[in-house]
Amino acid sequence: MAKIYKTGVLLAGLLTAGMSSAALAGGPVDEKLVIDDELEIITRTAAPEGHPLDEVISGWHYRTEETRALEADSFQNPGMLYVERGEEIWNTVEGDAGKSCASCHGDGEEFLKGIGANYPKWNADANKPFNLELQVDQCREENMQAKPYKFDAADQKALVTYIKHQSIGMPVEIDLSQGEMQEWWKKGEETYYTRTGQLNLACATCHEDYNGNYIRADHLSQGNVNGFPTYRLKQSAMVSLHNRFRGCIRDTRAEFPAAFSDELMALEVYVTWRGTGLSVETPAVRQ
Amino acid sequence: MTKGLKIIFAAASFALAGSAFAETLAPDDVEIVDMEVTASLTGKPGDATIGRETFADRKKGNCLACHVNADLSDQLFHGEVGPPLDGVGDRWTAQELRAIVIDSKEVFGEQTIMPGFYTMNVGINVAEKHKGQTILSAQDVEDVVAYLTTLSE
Ligand code: HEC
Ligand code: HEC
Repeated sequence: MAKIYKTGVLLAGLLTAGMSSAALAGGPVDEKLVIDDELEIITRTAAPEGHPLDEVISGWHYRTEETRALEADSFQNPGMLYVERGEEIWNTVEGDAGKSCASCHGDGEEFLKGIGANYPKWNADANKPFNLELQVDQCREENMQAKPYKFDAADQKALVTYIKHQSIGMPVEIDLSQGEMQEWWKKGEETYYTRTGQLNLACATCHEDYNGNYIRADHLSQGNVNGFPTYRLKQSAMVSLHNRFRGCIRDTRAEFPAAFSDELMALEVYVTWRGTGLSVETPAVRQ
Repeated sequence: MTKGLKIIFAAASFALAGSAFAETLAPDDVEIVDMEVTASLTGKPGDATIGRETFADRKKGNCLACHVNADLSDQLFHGEVGPPLDGVGDRWTAQELRAIVIDSKEVFGEQTIMPGFYTMNVGINVAEKHKGQTILSAQDVEDVVAYLTTLSE
């Protein structure tokens, strides 16, 4: 009798794990994100072919009503200050060549439209995928004769936020047919499913198997990246994607890789693909 | 002192050290058989009152991260990743609970999200300060198990 009961309990546990978010109490809210009552954001969409989940869902759906409201109103969204600062940087001359971003690319709002939705991208010269941070650094070094940014420098975050914001509302789609993107995707997938640290958890353990559940006070989302850089209320600051990756890895009690290392670039390629079809939300607001 | 006596002394103290060591089972020496660990890891019974604190402590068990437990309703934020632990002492024996806390993967399977609290079966790249360490000590495990057995409905 006792044994049968226990098997039942065990089965229930395993079933919950397998069913992931579907029927659980705290799952994603059934709401729509429309910014300033005019810009519709795609926050749920059918998953791309080969994706382990049926539907991809933005982290916005897992946040509280107050946090969601902040993102829906660009006057209240604290991340918009970084967009403004980024525009200034775009137009500011720096480095020995006496150039700004605008010197080569012209008006940012025109030139940048759609670009952020398609990164990371294969860079043939470097023979690896580039995210916006790496692309900006290449422009600074080669075209402006300026120093590359230090990881997470305030200006790096503001400029990348500005660049990404020019694609707000546009669906994320990366081109995996270029160069060796496919191999990097594969490497990223491996990392996503590899358990790390003393707590022995992989990205998938939390974000694939248990999204929609509370883990202590945190409501687990699918861990999509369409809102990055993201304004985090807890830190009162913009948080870059590689900072977030490192934070999640550290939380498993593991050493974390360097920002922009091959390992995290591969992870960025893979996780960006997992969010295919979601709108760019930058600057998203999260807890 | 003669040489012979010295050797006898050395052997005696070695034997003493050996038996003191054997009282607490090292993680790699723990045997989980049929989802059970039969004997206390320390040879001593656990303390349920201390176990209750270890269970809730974010730096130790942090069990509330994943489990609702009505007995600790004074604490905020119980997670919902695992099943509620109300009445868990009725559902499992102390020997089974010990196995679950030591290495849940031996009971629930490799895929479980629940960490093993007294095992070296961990993920890659463990942070330097946690390397070679278990999340809980052997006595912590015994205390938590003693506490879990008090949870009945
Ligand atoms: C122990 C559980 C856990 C693990 C393991 C974990 N994360 Fe997270 N992650 C969280 C929590 C909690 C949050 C904050 C709430 C949320 O959005 O899920 C978060 C947030 C994120 C976000 C931000 C989502 C948004 O909408 O802003 C991304 C991206 C992310 N994680 C990616 C990853 C990746 C990639 C890995 C593996 C390298 C990983 N996480 C491993 C718990 C985890
Ligand atoms: C990261 C999540 C997580 C943490 C932390 C965690 N558990 Fe669990 N626990 C689970 C899950 C999930 C299950 C159900 C089995 C499964 O689905 O893998 C479970 C099952 C159990 C069970 C069996 C429950 C039943 O009703 O059958 C016990 C007992 C238990 N855990 C005790 C603990 C204790 C004690 C701690 C802390 C020392 C702890 N857990 C920490 C996730 C967790």
